[in-house]
Amino acid sequence: MPESKKKLKLALYWAASCGGCEVAVLDLDEKILTVAELADIVLWPVALDFKYKDVEALADGSVDVCLFNGAIRNSEQLEIAELLRRKSKVMVAFGACACYGGIPALANQFDRESIFARVYGTTPSTVNPGRVLPQTKLPTPQGELHLPTFYNAVYKLDDVVDVDYYIPGCPPPPDLIWTAVEAIVSGKLPPKGATIAGERALCHSCLRKKEEKKVTAFRRVHEVIPDPEKCLLEQGIICSGPVTRDGCGTRCLNANMPCRGCFGPTPEALEHGASMLSAAATMAEGKDEATLAPILDGIVDPLGTFYRFTLADSLLRIRNKALVAGAEEKEGEEAAS
Amino acid sequence: MTENVTAKGGQGGGPAWEPKVVAIFCNWCSYTGADLAGISRLKYPAGLRIVRVMCSGRVSPAFVLKAFHEGADGVLVGGCHPGDCHYLEGNYKTLKRKLVFERLLEQFGIEKTRFRLEWISGGEGDKFARVANELIKEIEALGPLGSVAERLRQADGLSLRAEGGAGSA
Repeated sequence: MPESKKKLKLALYWAASCGGCEVAVLDLDEKILTVAELADIVLWPVALDFKYKDVEALADGSVDVCLFNGAIRNSEQLEIAELLRRKSKVMVAFGACACYGGIPALANQFDRESIFARVYGTTPSTVNPGRVLPQTKLPTPQGELHLPTFYNAVYKLDDVVDVDYYIPGCPPPPDLIWTAVEAIVSGKLPPKGATIAGERALCHSCLRKKEEKKVTAFRRVHEVIPDPEKCLLEQGIICSGPVTRDGCGTRCLNANMPCRGCFGPTPEALEHGASMLSAAATMAEGKDEATLAPILDGIVDPLGTFYRFTLADSLLRIRNKALVAGAEEKEGEEAAS
Repeated sequence: MTENVTAKGGQGGGPAWEPKVVAIFCNWCSYTGADLAGISRLKYPAGLRIVRVMCSGRVSPAFVLKAFHEGADGVLVGGCHPGDCHYLEGNYKTLKRKLVFERLLEQFGIEKTRFRLEWISGGEGDKFARVANELIKEIEALGPLGSVAERLRQADGLSLRAEGGAGSA
């Protein structure tokens, strides 16, 4: 059929992600039928039964577009990222996790050992008296089974493969996905490396009343019901609008929730988290440490708050283990002596 | 110049490592203070490199992280004493950031002592020299911080692509 030859070949993949990006694709609603008319899907693990070997059998560069969501957490995800990069003409980092590490990258505060100890040991819901931990090799009567290696750190997609476009968001909103689909179908692609989102800060689209950024207390969203008309920062609620890319349609703000930063830094922000820390901390009213410290202690968990989606895209990336390792060594020495 | 260098590396089998500290000083007070220390021939360690900015209030925490990222073992930010800011309130902003930033650094596993904020006036050359010597000693005791690239390499042994990414596009 000559017509089917003209159809785009599309691959969708999920790595370290929650599945929300998959749902976002379905959120195109009836337009998904248009996508199905325009494209043949060659891999979509969440919805269709294609195998990795089917993708391996394709010629290099024969897939037109790959929408890759999720961060790189284990060796399988790395392998498939490399495979899909080889097979695809256009690689799109789809969603905050692929673009910036997203929520999974918050685990970069811990290494594999401490994550396993927590997840398979000390969580209240865990019963694991044999202390069974995931292994990469498992001998069975039928032969040795191999499982992917769980990495010490979470990586964003462009750490491991060349990425052509970025669609941020947790998840990306349907209108941006559609913009991307139309650009791909029409061949009117933006310059390589472009982020398909707004160029300005989210505050530009926020319709809330903004007066003076001075606060005497910081509050978390579960502690107050915010005034829906007023700037959330001015109500002492950390909102990442000043440093985060526009383009999401102010979805969270419309729901009276602050921006968490899932669209990543504006093009001008040197560092997403540090820039927001700066913006938030300087709102505290006071001139001496005695007045300021109690106010600023209201910002609990600065790393988790300011780098919620962008830790794998930050300057420091992973926790420096020197502090912990040093302490452990000391304990070890003491135990030995 | 060479007489100001505290003998460390190589000589007499001492440690070859010397701490690198980036000092970011405001034009009006701290930089002038450091200048005075120089004019007064006060000794301070050569491992301290000073960057001049117009106001300590301009020092985004991102600058400090960038210094650590580029291999600094410590960062010293200097501003005017409270009430003396040339731009009235710049140094208060610096203080506010510091109170949150210290906690962020600890979450990143970076010792609090590697980052220091000091008020140094144009007349306090001696204070500058004292703070510089103290800080270098403290960081010597902590040892090198090591680079982010090395930390990433050690984590999983992956060869990562050059930095850049969505943020910079």
